[in-house]
Amino acid sequence: MSGHVHRDDFGARLGMWLFLVTEMVLFGGLFIGYSYMRYRYPAEFHHGGSELNATLGIINTLVLLTSSLTVVLAIVAVQRAEKKRALAFLGTTLGLGLVFLVIKGFEWSAKFHHGLYPNSHHLSTLPPGEQVFYGLYFTMTGLHGLHVIAGLSVLGVMFWWVATDRIRQDRYVHLENGGLYWHLVDVIWIFLLPLFYLAA
Amino acid sequence: MTEHTEHTAEHAEHAGYGTFIKIWVILVVLTGCLVGVSHLGQTAAVWGLLTLTPLKAGLVFYYFMHLKYEGPLFKVVVLVTLGTLLIFFALLFSDVAFR
Repeated sequence: MSGHVHRDDFGARLGMWLFLVTEMVLFGGLFIGYSYMRYRYPAEFHHGGSELNATLGIINTLVLLTSSLTVVLAIVAVQRAEKKRALAFLGTTLGLGLVFLVIKGFEWSAKFHHGLYPNSHHLSTLPPGEQVFYGLYFTMTGLHGLHVIAGLSVLGVMFWWVATDRIRQDRYVHLENGGLYWHLVDVIWIFLLPLFYLAA
Repeated sequence: MTEHTEHTAEHAEHAGYGTFIKIWVILVVLTGCLVGVSHLGQTAAVWGLLTLTPLKAGLVFYYFMHLKYEGPLFKVVVLVTLGTLLIFFALLFSDVAFR
């Protein structure tokens, strides 16, 4: 190998963490907003939570937790130069991410069928506290869903790079950073589960 | 350890498959506890939310996100962020409490 390729894995990971910190502040602001609104409208949030499908929320939690595991296992596999295993783990993560989105799609479409979607007529007839609950529900799970799509796109590229040996035993910081993003998406969902689905 | 040229000392000691699978099992068990506690009434549910959820997030940060294997700088960056959020949270509720 030529020894003149400039590479700073530490700097790359630090840069990723600094980006993740801005994501934490973005969602943190929404969580703080949620906590104030729940404090202000406890009964409405309780009722809103009882309308959500807790089983789907719990299944999606298990799906994301497992997808986080497979990303981190893919990194171990790359570190050990086990390419096939790494691709299998990453493929599993991509599949689980898609399963998450499909379940989310079913959940949201059920809400839409009941006339519950942003700015709907039915929503405007509900008490203000429930309007706030659904507003936060659609904003926070929707923003999280966009992050899942972004994370899947990034991990899709990582899969390609592992397959084409651009990511390998001696250079895998891209995979680490892609994994970091995916784990943060998982952490955000860890908080969304009790705040919305278990709120009742 | 063969790689001692490019990686920092603390990052060179990689964890194996087993460590992460154990953490995943703990995370699944904690999720079960969280769901169970949420059926025990409002107070238990809130305490479950305030203790088990940060614990789960902490495990993901520390192990899955490799904070355990990073130097102090990364930990400080995360702690400063969480501290800042906590300050904003405290400021908001100190305002709410005296309205």
